[in-house]
Amino acid sequence: MRGTLETLRPIESLPLPASRERECTAGAPSNQAQTNVLVTLALISGIGLGSMYGLLALGFYVTYAVSNTVNFAQGSSMMLGAVLAYTFAVTWHWPLVLAILLALALCAVWGVVVERIAVRPFVRRGSNAWLMATVALGIILENVTLFLFGKEPRNYPSLLADNPLFEVSGITVSPLQVIIPAVGLLAAAALHVVSRDTRVGKSLLAAAQNPDAARLMGIDVGRAIALAYAVSTVFAGIGGILIAPLFNVSSDMGTLFGIKAFAVAIVGGIASASGVVVAGLLYGIVEALVATLLGSTYTQIITFAFVIAALALLPNGLLGRAGVKKV
Amino acid sequence: MTVSAQSWSLNRRALATGFAAAILLSLTGSASLAQEPIKVGLVAALSGGSAKSGEGITRGLTIAIDEINAAGGLLGGRKLELVRRDDESNPSKGQVAARELIDQEKVAVMFGGIDSPVALAIVPIANKEKVPFFSVWAAATPITRNGANPNYIFRVSAVDVLVDKALVQYARKSFNAKNLGLALVNNPWGESNDKGLHAAAEEQGVTIAGVEKYEERDVDMVPQLTRLRAAGADALVMVANAAPGAQVMKSLQRINWTVPIISHWGISGGRFPELAGPWSQKVAFVQTFSFYGKLNPVGEKVLAELKAKYPDIKGPGDVLPPVGVANAYDAMHLVAQAIKSAGSTGGDKMRQTLENTDKYEGLIKTYVKPFSTDNHDALTENDYIMVRYNGDDIVPVATQ
Repeated sequence: MRGTLETLRPIESLPLPASRERECTAGAPSNQAQTNVLVTLALISGIGLGSMYGLLALGFYVTYAVSNTVNFAQGSSMMLGAVLAYTFAVTWHWPLVLAILLALALCAVWGVVVERIAVRPFVRRGSNAWLMATVALGIILENVTLFLFGKEPRNYPSLLADNPLFEVSGITVSPLQVIIPAVGLLAAAALHVVSRDTRVGKSLLAAAQNPDAARLMGIDVGRAIALAYAVSTVFAGIGGILIAPLFNVSSDMGTLFGIKAFAVAIVGGIASASGVVVAGLLYGIVEALVATLLGSTYTQIITFAFVIAALALLPNGLLGRAGVKKV
Repeated sequence: MTVSAQSWSLNRRALATGFAAAILLSLTGSASLAQEPIKVGLVAALSGGSAKSGEGITRGLTIAIDEINAAGGLLGGRKLELVRRDDESNPSKGQVAARELIDQEKVAVMFGGIDSPVALAIVPIANKEKVPFFSVWAAATPITRNGANPNYIFRVSAVDVLVDKALVQYARKSFNAKNLGLALVNNPWGESNDKGLHAAAEEQGVTIAGVEKYEERDVDMVPQLTRLRAAGADALVMVANAAPGAQVMKSLQRINWTVPIISHWGISGGRFPELAGPWSQKVAFVQTFSFYGKLNPVGEKVLAELKAKYPDIKGPGDVLPPVGVANAYDAMHLVAQAIKSAGSTGGDKMRQTLENTDKYEGLIKTYVKPFSTDNHDALTENDYIMVRYNGDDIVPVATQ
């Protein structure tokens, strides 16, 4: 029979019925006003998440543009950035900036490794097996992380996520929710500028347009492709670090993200940078609105139905162009 | 290719030697059958957001197994051996693991983990293969009340239909709640509680302001909670595991809704205080056991064994989560007692013996006729206690 339990202090800070009633009725919004508030919040979070889908999709774009291959380990690359940043900043208490820079540097190294192991050998032989090889490498990374990082999702504490920035009708919005879309769009803009206006960028474009001619002009195409992969995984790593405080850090946090980002890349027209960014934002907004208005049960069904519909209407993606076939 | 006569006879000799060796080996094999261990299986979440639950159950089973083996084992000196498989909270993986344990490892009995969807998926396999399956955490009502006859599923754990009564009662008595908001996870466990909470509310004369659902991996529950607040809920009843439960708390914080939160015990299966932050301390939830306070002799013994075996346990507050440990411990002993009485590990015999269990002085309580032909749940609502988090510790709450 169970012994008597000591009486401990009761749960503190619980409101009494009277004050609860006051809280409930004071400023209770009308149904329409409430829906408006929820829709506004959905737009804010949708733009945030959408820019992350766009960021990952830009990674797909970069590698596809330069080499006609994609890194299907993009989702795990996102997880790698988050896990590394967590290990450096939270577990080992390194200064935040150092932790982030080192995490992204290692993500870049990972990108080069992926290209070297899972892509180059197959492309050289004219095989499409890089599709499965990059998937496999991603799965290997996730499982290695499971062993090393641990089996449970961990909380990434961040002042940017915990303290409110402003309120929308009593519901707080954190600085992180504003920073995420800002950084996402900044990265897209930076990619655009670098690829157009710097030598490195131009050599990437040249390698993309005509690898043989580029080689004749002294551009190391192999190095360009490796660089493209590094850029794609760095972008994924940035995304992972940004969403870590919201989504908790775990070895499988990136899988679904990677799949959605690939869908976004296809819908946006994988050969168009602005296309994938726009598609990402649209996808994020639709997803958030569906979750808010219909319930999160329906998000995957409806968003992927949109993907199918979009591809049916615009088979080359939103802003893509059909490849020109020379006869 | 021709085989010379010499090499042919060599081959025949080799064959004969091999044959003799095989016979000898099989003889010695059967001679050591008496020492062959009795395997018991565990299919639980050993990774992911509820990994701590799998760890707790493992510890409870291990302590019990160590005790039984130290006392000489069962059925003439056979030692118990625990074989674990990770179901990753995934029902299909749970089914594969259960089949493997039954077919390849040939376990005598299986224990289950925290996830009701996984347990529900294993129930038909256990009944078909006639291997007893003990749920030591998963609380969905249809796990044991599954309509099968004979029923090989037993439980030393809470039952949703009874937990829901206790949750509604606590909300009424401690917070004078009259209009409950339900925040449920969208899976079979959530559904089991949906039914139970509606039944309990009707029985106890409170209304349900609204029912909102979320997915296990959702991050933002602000829309659902906003709707519940607008519907006038004066208390929130939450059914979730640690990860989604933590996101509910974070969303509550964002909309600054300081409503009393009464929760089922899923949140104790993971790192709820770490994931949810300071608002984790506001939740009152249910457990079947606490290592705090004055323990019965079995409790003192188990706590001492835990401290001796696991260096991270220095006191009652370190046994996390307590229900996994306690339920599993008592379940293992009930099974061992049944094997002893039945004199075999045959599934049908074990089932009948379990149903006729007379008495067992356990950790959670003294069990008197815990099972019968139509009741396979050893614990009742009188065995539940309400607790909350104090830091990372789970401590009992003062009841009215």
